[in-house]
Amino acid sequence: MYPEEFKYTREHEWVKVDGDVGVAGLTFHAQQALGDIVYVELPKPGTRVEQGKPLGTVESVKAVSEIYAPVSGEVIEVNEALAQAPELVNRDPHGEAWLVKIRLSAPEELASLLTAAQYGELVAEES
Amino acid sequence: MAAGKPLQRTPLYEVHRELGARMVEFGGWEMPLQYSGVVQEHLAVRQAVGLFDVSHMGEIEIRGPEALTLAEYVTTNQVSRLTVGQAQYSALLYQHGGFVDDLLVHKVSDDHYFLCVNAANQEKDYQHISSLNRFRAEVIFAGPRYAQLALQGPRALDTLRKLTPLDVAAIAYYYFVDGEVCGVAARIARTGYTGEDGFELYLAPEAAPQVFRGLLGAGQEFGIRPCGLGARNTLRLEARMALYGHEIDATIRPPEAELSWIVKMNKGEFVGRAALERLAATGVRRKLAGFEMRGPGIARDGYPVYVDGRPAGWVTSGGPAPYLNKNVGLCFLPVECAEVGRRIQVGIRGRLVEAEIVRTPFYKRSKPS
Repeated sequence: MYPEEFKYTREHEWVKVDGDVGVAGLTFHAQQALGDIVYVELPKPGTRVEQGKPLGTVESVKAVSEIYAPVSGEVIEVNEALAQAPELVNRDPHGEAWLVKIRLSAPEELASLLTAAQYGELVAEES
Repeated sequence: MAAGKPLQRTPLYEVHRELGARMVEFGGWEMPLQYSGVVQEHLAVRQAVGLFDVSHMGEIEIRGPEALTLAEYVTTNQVSRLTVGQAQYSALLYQHGGFVDDLLVHKVSDDHYFLCVNAANQEKDYQHISSLNRFRAEVIFAGPRYAQLALQGPRALDTLRKLTPLDVAAIAYYYFVDGEVCGVAARIARTGYTGEDGFELYLAPEAAPQVFRGLLGAGQEFGIRPCGLGARNTLRLEARMALYGHEIDATIRPPEAELSWIVKMNKGEFVGRAALERLAATGVRRKLAGFEMRGPGIARDGYPVYVDGRPAGWVTSGGPAPYLNKNVGLCFLPVECAEVGRRIQVGIRGRLVEAEIVRTPFYKRSKPS
């Protein structure tokens, strides 16, 4: 369910790091808890984000939720497909529906994130 | 609500859990928010049929020789116009003209009126009506005696007729009959809160699981889905129906909420009448308007509304309209800013996003041929 090569936040974001760039998204559990996702608001490329601080918002039919940055750095790319097809987040949250790519400014932060096993436990506790 | 007060559960709680519903607190009740998903459930009601547990809704009965006199005095619509077996949408007002609640009034007989009120308001409504009962009518708090199911959608009739010997097709819109569903006594009303054809069934709580399951089985061939409060809200918003605490509350008066049609000023004395006469003399300053988002973003309840960049009102209900595939909302605006076609802006997380006042309801079903 939760890919081993990802790191996870307690707020249900994931990040997959390759070199100094992290791809970030929402977890399967997050999209399931949100329900039908109808809108995703993301920062423009060039925006600096800070770990644990708001990165954007995701809206289901029913509610608005914050997305938090799993790592600090500069947003270098945004998944433009989500503007037209936010429902991708429900369909493929760990793949096609990645949210942003961030150039890491503090790679040591990764140590504070959860492993797939730890995140799996967190989700089991919550549900 | 009072902290620590345990949530109430409907007689269908176990059924909801079995069906995999996600539960949510609403008005002091633990209710299903959704089963398969709000959008799927919404579309099922627009295109086929959906079944809702609305047992949290309250029932109040007014009985006795002076039942009509009391009902006429506490509600705004004209109760004396009802024939036996007919229902009407109405309101309870304070003397100052603000809403205590909105409700349905059913005439069971000349000396018996059956009121369906909002879940979170039922005790307040009962106290309100009782306190105005100087007519010696009997006012009965009947919520615990009834479960309520809403069967809604173009195939609601086909579903229900399989389970009752009654000719339910003959029940006209806003009429009701006391009959049987699945062999269980039920009050069958052709009413609803979705903008579709459908029925609301009032029955004994202990019979609710059997009837709920019976309806789901009967509706299977039509694509029935159990539906939660999520879809109930998006459906009523598309159909522009008011929700207490949003479009109406103690600070809002009927003409402001575009509900003058449920106030019959010529029927004689009723609570709130004098205040509404004064309001008519001075004129209404704000009113409810429907809008569609033109820019990217979704308006939500409570977001500020701007006209020409200046604060002008607030969103009472907003969100996606799943059948129309648009983002819509209702808002209060100064009367002079509320005309159809007017551009407004909605404040979404500090950003002003364009929207346009449109005609409502956003969705209106085509009349059955």
